[in-house]
Amino acid sequence: MSLRDNPFGELKVPLTWAAAIALVVAGVAATAILLSDRRETFKAEAYGATRRASDTVLAPVGDVLAAPGRWTGQGVDNIRDYFLAGSQNAELKTELKEMRQWRDVAIALKNENDRYRTLLGLKTDPPIPMVAARIVTDSRGPFADTRLANAGAEKGVKPGNPVMSENGLVGRVIGVTTGASRVLLLTDIASRTPVMNDRTNARAILTGDGGPNPRLDYLRGRDPIREGDRMLSSGDGGVLPRGLPVGTAVKGLDGRWRVVLASDRAPIDFVRILLFEDFTQVVNAHQLNEMPVPPPTAGDRTLTAATPAAPGAAKPAATTATPAPAPAADTAKPPVVAKPAAAKPPPAENTDKPKPKPKADGTAKTPDAASAAKPKPQPKPPTPKPPDGVNP
Amino acid sequence: MTGARPLEPWRWIGVPMLQVMIATILFSVPLRLFGLQLPEPIFAMTLAFAWAVIRPSVLAPFAILILGLFLDVLWGGPLGFWAICLLIAYGVALAGRTMMAGQNRMILWLWYALVTATALLAGFLFVMLDSKSSPGLIPLAWQFLATIVLYPFAQRLIDLFEDADVRFR
Repeated sequence: MSLRDNPFGELKVPLTWAAAIALVVAGVAATAILLSDRRETFKAEAYGATRRASDTVLAPVGDVLAAPGRWTGQGVDNIRDYFLAGSQNAELKTELKEMRQWRDVAIALKNENDRYRTLLGLKTDPPIPMVAARIVTDSRGPFADTRLANAGAEKGVKPGNPVMSENGLVGRVIGVTTGASRVLLLTDIASRTPVMNDRTNARAILTGDGGPNPRLDYLRGRDPIREGDRMLSSGDGGVLPRGLPVGTAVKGLDGRWRVVLASDRAPIDFVRILLFEDFTQVVNAHQLNEMPVPPPTAGDRTLTAATPAAPGAAKPAATTATPAPAPAADTAKPPVVAKPAAAKPPPAENTDKPKPKPKADGTAKTPDAASAAKPKPQPKPPTPKPPDGVNP
Repeated sequence: MTGARPLEPWRWIGVPMLQVMIATILFSVPLRLFGLQLPEPIFAMTLAFAWAVIRPSVLAPFAILILGLFLDVLWGGPLGFWAICLLIAYGVALAGRTMMAGQNRMILWLWYALVTATALLAGFLFVMLDSKSSPGLIPLAWQFLATIVLYPFAQRLIDLFEDADVRFR
């Protein structure tokens, strides 16, 4: 039947056009959403309210749906263990024999390490607290490989925290909400992880491509890797701690070095989220970036107010190495400037001499001190400041 | 023709959409038996194809947009990624629906495979641009295969509703 013969033909074309316009509008909306997405950042707010809300809902739903699968998996494992008990026993005995030798080596090495640490006064990494969680949903496509774990902000999980199974590194947290956290797997196309070869210390970047074996990029040097080398997290960049087991190096079908992930040895049902905070998160960045306040001019009001605190505050700065008292030492400088000894103008022949080092009692003559030590009136002794609200 | 039903939005858009969401959630369960995981087919692709074949609609693109956003949220990908891929698939199927009219089941299956391949190719390019790295072709091929075997579900929906609107017979 032709369009002309169809009694509804006149309605057909407008509806097709309307559908096409609706398609374009929906496409523009989807493009705008995609362009505004900031999945890759570490900032908690970049994860978005939509994702946080949906993860909060999905976590309990996935937990319930995953339960039968978990029970089935446990049942299958139990049956397999029952039938393979004999061979497993022999295998475990061999492994135990080998491990006993390693235990003796480990004890000796630990003892030696402790001695070295004591001798060197080395500050080692503090122990990392962990949170256990269960995986409740799993995506394993070519474009996104993430998992949802049922522990979130209420347990102190933060974006960037590394996630491990009992066998090795799984990924890192990219989004957190109450009761759930989204884990970006090492296999995800957006995942980049600094790793190193345990044997040669050769560095590489583990790059996910949606497949089960992520590839090793940016390898340098001659033969940095051999088949079967153990790969660990290098800790470069401070995002992950150093030394987490990642997997084993293999040559891929495409001729590139890839990694068989250690975490793939068993189903990932339970994970440990390491509440690891790298150096940049631990230190007080504000304090580090704080510029020292220039010393006030002698005779100013601030100088007289700061004078009483000077002797007591200057002592710790000279005797301890901790950074905390440093600002106190800065505040201690101005009163020193105004000491009678510094008030004497420096002789001309002293200009070529090296600058005097600061003394332990804080009597250093800095360039500011020299300029401030021109004939100026000696500051008055400190006068007690009246409490607020009291009019002198 | 006996299965033809009136074309009410909740019947041909709402209910299938809900079914696809449930199926997708079920397949995202972390199940691994004997070292094998569940595949990850794109159930929503069947709707993107079938809705375009049944008739042009104003509601369908927005339903696909919602489905795509749902997939992004569930699978943890960039928000809007699957929405665009599915809308491209819908657009291709809509553009070719006059050529599909009257074709037998196998030809329609081939069309479905073509539409799926177009969507995955678009996804491949988007991801490559976004992450400056190309996704693996083997996992892509697995997802393609897992998706095209779902065609009977699309055919079932087409059979149910393709004669419901007399203007688009």
